[in-house]
Amino acid sequence: MSAIEVEGLTVRLDGTLIVDGVDLDVAEGEWVTVIGPNGAGKSTALRAIGGLLPFGGTVRWHGVPADRLSRRERAKAVATVLQSPVVPPAMRVFDYVLLGRTPFIPPLGRESATDLAAVEEVLAALDLESFAGRRLETLSGGERQRVFLARALAQGAGILLLDEPTSALDIGHQQEVLELVDHLRAERGLTVLATMHDLTTAGEYADRMFLLAAGRVVASGTPAEVLTEPHLAEHYRVKVRIIEGDRGPLVVAVRG
Amino acid sequence: MSFRRPAGLRPAWLAAGVLTLLGAMVLALAFGSVRLPPGGVAVELLNLLPGVRLDSGLTDREVAILTQLRLPRVVLGALVGAMLALAGAAYQGAFRNPLADPHLLGVAAGAGLGVTAVIVLRATGDVAELPIGAPMAAFVGAVGAVALTWLLGAAGGRDRSPATLILAGVAVSAFLSAAQTYLLQRNVESVREVFSWTLGRLSTAGWHEVRVILPYVVVTAAIVLAQRRELDVLTVGDAEATSLGLHPQRSRYLLIIAASLGTAAAVSASGLIGFVGIIVPHTLRLMAGPSYRALLPLSLLFGAAFLVLADLVARTAGGDAEIPIGVVTAFLGAPFFVLVLRTNRAVPS
Repeated sequence: MSAIEVEGLTVRLDGTLIVDGVDLDVAEGEWVTVIGPNGAGKSTALRAIGGLLPFGGTVRWHGVPADRLSRRERAKAVATVLQSPVVPPAMRVFDYVLLGRTPFIPPLGRESATDLAAVEEVLAALDLESFAGRRLETLSGGERQRVFLARALAQGAGILLLDEPTSALDIGHQQEVLELVDHLRAERGLTVLATMHDLTTAGEYADRMFLLAAGRVVASGTPAEVLTEPHLAEHYRVKVRIIEGDRGPLVVAVRG
Repeated sequence: MSFRRPAGLRPAWLAAGVLTLLGAMVLALAFGSVRLPPGGVAVELLNLLPGVRLDSGLTDREVAILTQLRLPRVVLGALVGAMLALAGAAYQGAFRNPLADPHLLGVAAGAGLGVTAVIVLRATGDVAELPIGAPMAAFVGAVGAVALTWLLGAAGGRDRSPATLILAGVAVSAFLSAAQTYLLQRNVESVREVFSWTLGRLSTAGWHEVRVILPYVVVTAAIVLAQRRELDVLTVGDAEATSLGLHPQRSRYLLIIAASLGTAAAVSASGLIGFVGIIVPHTLRLMAGPSYRALLPLSLLFGAAFLVLADLVARTAGGDAEIPIGVVTAFLGAPFFVLVLRTNRAVPS
């Protein structure tokens, strides 16, 4: 059974059609990355799949239609890391990661020992124990990204949606964060659906890719099938050279 | 402090809040045109408990001053201060705006217009008692005002900053104050009563006023305190709060309506007292941390203590002539507001 099945997904924002009939599926434990030029509708599609935007069409998580689940049940099934998460002023890392346990805490209730243990476990897994008492705003970009991931992992969801997870990071921290996600995927059996701009990096980590343009899927398949010179020339309007790499195609833009 | 302990209300802070409020109340009850011994005041307060009968050493006249004049005023001041501080904290969380406050959002002006309308329509010339319908009329005005401010503030689109909402609040306040003035100009026989109320009803407070606003205070406090965890989640923004299983817009509406109800009750009982909703929550954030789980209950306690002490200053600092309590809070609040404005540049809108 697919972890994520999307059929005929449409999203309108302020009356404008942003996502126009997207079909997409992600198998259990798979890493799928959605790429596309600016304005293609990648982030909007991801948010809709995560239940954060109203949409038309069908989204199923582990076979269950997303709109049949309550908000809490959704939060237990899917965790989302947004492109630029808000950094609440003066909040400590521990309290921020604990927010991930919100769907497990009953209304008017308080966090249980299980919730606190889950936070401890995630902090340890992401090597963030020494940061627990630090304020979020004092962390570097790479450290913050790990904390955002920790918050999502604390939700205990089997599906992880990542919207441009490395856009604010330098090349070293990009690799560090993506390696961490890949490690967690293998260790915890997570299913990952991500959007990314850096095509080479996207191709190195994804099992499959979907290329979006003007809100539609225009190509899909393995990175080698999607990252081709004709595809990228047509939809990114750029001349590229594709070089075969050890872990996927290396995309180099060249002057036309 | 252990990093492994979640943010929340620490017992030490709760004890500090309770003791500060009790201390403020004893001081406010002891000092005034007739000075009473604080020890005797404390004993008389204990005598209010069922089954307790201790000798306070106060004369019958002093006991009457304490229980008939000062105590209702102090209790009303505490309720009003608690509501204004709680409403300020709730608005700041619901709007994710550090500058939000019942007065700056125009809520107090809306409530003021509602009370003025009730006084004008009643037109009995009786300045002594708060009309029963005043809190509800104030609530209608308050909710109308906050809705108007929100709509005007949202007109700035996605680029709006914390200041946009406050500018909208200033415009709404000006509009509603003009409407109030117009109403008074058409009903000059009510000017004295409305003016007396505007300067602060605490000077004429009795147990009647306490009874009229108490139900609103209880309902407001229960709703807002029940939302304290949701307010913490709302600090990460609506999209993430939704991904965590919350219904941000529903929580926001509930909080705004409850805070407006509390503001309406406070304004209908006490007139227009500004800045409490800015001073108290921001000071507490600096001392006890940003979590609303601590901030909201502490705002109730310290807001109550703050206004009781401000009223004590209003009663005693001007000699025979009482200073309107709104003047006292504005003298403290205006510079504080500038400080908040300067230190919140990094706060996201």
